[in-house]
Amino acid sequence: MILARPGGFQVLHAINYEAPTTLDEAVSILKTHGENARPLCGGTDLIIQLRAGVRRTEHIVDVKKIKELQVLSFDAKKGLRLGAAVPCIEIHESDVMRRHYPGLTEAAHIIGSLQIQNRASVGGNLCNGSPAGDATPALIALGARARIVGPSGEREVPVEDFVVSPGRTMLKPGELLVELLVPPPPPQSSDAYLRFIPRNEMDIAVVGVGAALTLDGDKVKAARIALGAVAPTPILAGKAADALIGRKLDDAALEAAGRAASQACSPIDDMRGTAEFRLHIAAVLTRRALSIAAERAKKN
Amino acid sequence: MAASTTTGNFKVIGTRPIRHDGVDKVTGRAKFGADYAFPGMLHGKVLRSPHAHAIIKSINVDKALKLPGVQAIVTSKDLPPAENKLEQAGEMTINPMYLSMNILARDKVLYDGHAIAAVAATSPHIAEEALRLSEVEYEVLPPVMAVDAATRPGAPILLNDLRNPEEGDKPTNVAQHYQFKRGDVAAGFKAADYVIEREFNTAMVHQGYIEPHNAVGIYNPDGQATIYCSTQGPVIVRSLSAQVLGMPVGKIKVVPAEIGGGFGGKTTIYLEPLSLLLSKKTGAPVKLTMSRAEVLRASGPTPGAKIKVKMGATRDGKLVAAEIWMAYQAGAFPGSPVGAGAMCIIAPYTVENFVIDAYDVVVNRPKTASYRAPGATQAAFASETVIDELAEKCGIDPIDFRIKNGVKEGSPQVVGPPFKRIGFIQTCEAIKNSDHYKSKLTGKFRGRGVASGFWFNAGMQSSAIVNIHADGTASVVTGSPDIGGTRASMAMITAEVLGLPVTDVRPIVTDTDSIGHTDVTGGSRVTFATGMAVYEAAKDAERQLIERAAKVWEKKPDEVEFRAGMLHAKGGGVPPLSIKQLAPRFARTGGPITGRASVSARGVGPGFATSVVDVEVDPDTGKVQVLRCTVAQDAGKAIHPSYVEGQMQGGTAQGIGWALNEEYFYDDKGTLRNSGFLDYRIPTCLDLPMIETIVVEEPNPGHPLGVRGVGEVSIVPPVAAVANAIYRAVGVRMTQTPMSPPKLLKAMLKHRSATQHSAAAD
Amino acid sequence: MSKKTAVEATINGEPVEFLCEPRQSLLETLRDVLELTGSKEGCLTGDCGACTVLVDGRAVCSCLMLGVEAQGKNITTVEGLATKGVLSVLQNKFLEDAALQCGICTPGFLVSAKALLDRNPNPTEHEVRYALAGNLCRCTGYDKIVRAVLDAARDIRSPGEAKAAAR
Repeated sequence: MILARPGGFQVLHAINYEAPTTLDEAVSILKTHGENARPLCGGTDLIIQLRAGVRRTEHIVDVKKIKELQVLSFDAKKGLRLGAAVPCIEIHESDVMRRHYPGLTEAAHIIGSLQIQNRASVGGNLCNGSPAGDATPALIALGARARIVGPSGEREVPVEDFVVSPGRTMLKPGELLVELLVPPPPPQSSDAYLRFIPRNEMDIAVVGVGAALTLDGDKVKAARIALGAVAPTPILAGKAADALIGRKLDDAALEAAGRAASQACSPIDDMRGTAEFRLHIAAVLTRRALSIAAERAKKN
Repeated sequence: MAASTTTGNFKVIGTRPIRHDGVDKVTGRAKFGADYAFPGMLHGKVLRSPHAHAIIKSINVDKALKLPGVQAIVTSKDLPPAENKLEQAGEMTINPMYLSMNILARDKVLYDGHAIAAVAATSPHIAEEALRLSEVEYEVLPPVMAVDAATRPGAPILLNDLRNPEEGDKPTNVAQHYQFKRGDVAAGFKAADYVIEREFNTAMVHQGYIEPHNAVGIYNPDGQATIYCSTQGPVIVRSLSAQVLGMPVGKIKVVPAEIGGGFGGKTTIYLEPLSLLLSKKTGAPVKLTMSRAEVLRASGPTPGAKIKVKMGATRDGKLVAAEIWMAYQAGAFPGSPVGAGAMCIIAPYTVENFVIDAYDVVVNRPKTASYRAPGATQAAFASETVIDELAEKCGIDPIDFRIKNGVKEGSPQVVGPPFKRIGFIQTCEAIKNSDHYKSKLTGKFRGRGVASGFWFNAGMQSSAIVNIHADGTASVVTGSPDIGGTRASMAMITAEVLGLPVTDVRPIVTDTDSIGHTDVTGGSRVTFATGMAVYEAAKDAERQLIERAAKVWEKKPDEVEFRAGMLHAKGGGVPPLSIKQLAPRFARTGGPITGRASVSARGVGPGFATSVVDVEVDPDTGKVQVLRCTVAQDAGKAIHPSYVEGQMQGGTAQGIGWALNEEYFYDDKGTLRNSGFLDYRIPTCLDLPMIETIVVEEPNPGHPLGVRGVGEVSIVPPVAAVANAIYRAVGVRMTQTPMSPPKLLKAMLKHRSATQHSAAAD
Repeated sequence: MSKKTAVEATINGEPVEFLCEPRQSLLETLRDVLELTGSKEGCLTGDCGACTVLVDGRAVCSCLMLGVEAQGKNITTVEGLATKGVLSVLQNKFLEDAALQCGICTPGFLVSAKALLDRNPNPTEHEVRYALAGNLCRCTGYDKIVRAVLDAARDIRSPGEAKAAAR
């Protein structure tokens, strides 16, 4: 039963805490308690939500000790394996990440202050299911897949299908996100992530745009554009990206992509921005993110 | 009584010693209110209304009381009845009924977060659980959130007893109407070559101190009570708590803890009487702290305002008329600073003809409290923007326009006697001659804006004691909580008078029993008024030192003088004595030396500040970056320049936050949506540049050292300065705060399409 | 329901054993169980940084970490910045440069600044501001804080120069 109260409480309700060291152990605990258990990575979303009464979970399962969730490895053929519990700061500090996935790295580096980045993980950010999560559009733009482990075994899901409604993912009771798998970037490709916030740091994205491009000379060979905070879930702006294929990325193409991305949005008015504002910014950031991704791609 | 200003070569004053409480603050040893713990202490929490406006039909705490660990629950039934009238409680004029109703609601709740009951339990977890088990039945009423809604015919009435003289016996939400006027406004506007008329709206904002409110109450079986709390005014906590609880003032001792910011928001009471009420019922010390959400929902933000300004000037840049209408949100109970705002709005300028109508309006928001120059910032946003427009119309540099019309010694005030020696023009000139203003601002979508501000500053009462110890060192004791480094200033003044090294003077801040009446740390008054008391107390100690030396030398006191820290026999003949040398002889020459003084400080010097801000606007998103800012302020005499600069920088930063991103966001039910620092956006380190300060020293003739209060006025100009800078950057005049990206973008797009239209029409 | 858990950690260089309930944050544990009240509560949502401590050398908001998560970790709080009663360079610079007014945010800033300088001994002004963006101050406008951190960085890099300049 959700007992949310505006402003929340100062203390947490009574919880049990376990820190399994293997995937099997974790899955078993999660399966036993179902909705009443939740994995804990950085805690930078969960602890706030527990205090606010927005989530009331009595069994906290600390998954940071499970080695599969701490993997950060890159292979030129297989791509990236990013464990669900790897703190954002490690992504920022990884040369490999900066070189091959600058957009995802940017996204990880703006999920809050350094204090937050030292604890929060991209996997946790995704599992929080917020439409405004910074990592998600960057992952979607890269065509990332989520590897999930559960009572009935393993499965992989494209990240654009992971969040199903605000705050809810498609994880079934007992399932745990283990890692994100990102394909290796083809030659002449790169990514970028931009978000709009009213200050320079510390804010939740009002709009977030992840863009990944593969160029062929000066024409677009492949493109993916994903947006956050402009719909109930992060979205893949398929039409906007498809319209770029085979085109030169000139001002007209950028304008068109921006407009199309904006049309793919269905934002709300809230205290962080009006719908009108978000639609406008979505177009602006799409143009800017594409430009940056293209500049980077040309250098690869 | 205050002697005439000394301008002199000071040995200590004007230097930058390390503050005496500094080590405790950088090691975590300093005890702030929430750091206190006592044996057997219980933890309290407050049950608060989730509704903005509702009748309380019933409160049922049976389940909560049965929870193991819950020791007591109090509601308004535990408070004595309070009268609906105006009364003096110490220095403040309060309405006891409204004060008590804000502590614990009676039959109605009037804002989201309004306190209804308080629980004491053996752990904070149990206290929270008890809140969950408390059942309150409400009849929800429509909320009234803005001045327009509150004054519309047929608006829901918040306080059934509230009347104002102009509306007779009609229930109303308008608590007060002030009017100030001079000359003939109609004639003034007739004579004007340019008239600008604009309407402004400012959002409610919070002082944003990082430390939430706290109180530990200990009620002893003999009826003596002690409150430990972080407060700007221990004397206020004592008198208001006594008022609410129906206790004699002398039965309450308030011990001020270190305070983590206040800016005016900690000059009243919220948790303090509750802590005593619960302690009385349980027989144990009870500690209450607010969460950040409670601070934003249920302490005292500053009003949002609606202000209409019409000003006229002749083409040579002389202001000739002003007509102003202003209405401030008082919150749930009357008492916004709209009167003060009205007296500040054109205060820096001589305007022969004006009429200012100011209204205090209740709305379903928390009762507003002081915020650094309360009422002046909202007002200056309006007036300083209009003045900027007038200056532009006249083709005159905005600073020159202000100098031309600026007040000086002998100029009239809006209310009260003419100004004595002041430094407003000097702050304008300081900005005009600053590196910042002289530098060229290049680049697209960049603009520079200027604005000025005024604040009265306060005098009021302070007491001080200077003890000279057996080793010739001294301690100076006051009752002014140290929010910004004033302990150091008190030690410096004492050291200066007594010729001691500043490290030989220990400044102490003490409780309400240990020092005479001392009014609030606020109103920019500590260095001024408490400093005056300290000066007098040190002088008193000096007189006693002279008497003792005279005794030792078997001379008369008027044959002895005190110079540069040494006692000299006039005419020589005996080697001079230092205080260190004389100290061992105190016991046999009359006993310990204690210098004392209590002042009701006159000679207050008002504060003026002028700021210049450079901004860059992102034309596609409306995001504003502050590139550079400089503030010039008249400090009279800066006792400790670093802390004077600190006040100027802090006020400027708050003004910038007010300008760009801070606002209370209520939904249509009157629930506060942004009750945390995530969405109540104060500037971070990354949002601001270095803040350049120019301390103008135009000594205040009313203070022995020339001091003018500095704590407040720097917050007044920046909001308008940012608005004026945005105008020069992108051609848009913003008339609402915050000038956040969605609002600015909307205004820019409107402006662009309008200019495109007119271009097309040509 | 919430049984206390025994936790072993190193706090300010000393091995410590304590009991806390799983529901108690690291901040609560430090303040209420271990009586280390130097770390402050400002918001409980990780937005103000007043509760910042170092965990294995990284700055974190202790309000968003559970006390039980401290198991096996090396924690530094403001109380651990001085060495045997001798203030660190950072602490001294905060005092000399008047980088505090009310002082409530100071512990958090000192810890965050230490984490920065331990990793980056020669930060630019922008790098300092970025590293401290998670610590809110309402009193100072940040100017003197940033200057103090830059001054401390310079003094730590070249203590000889600092002494010469002071003479």
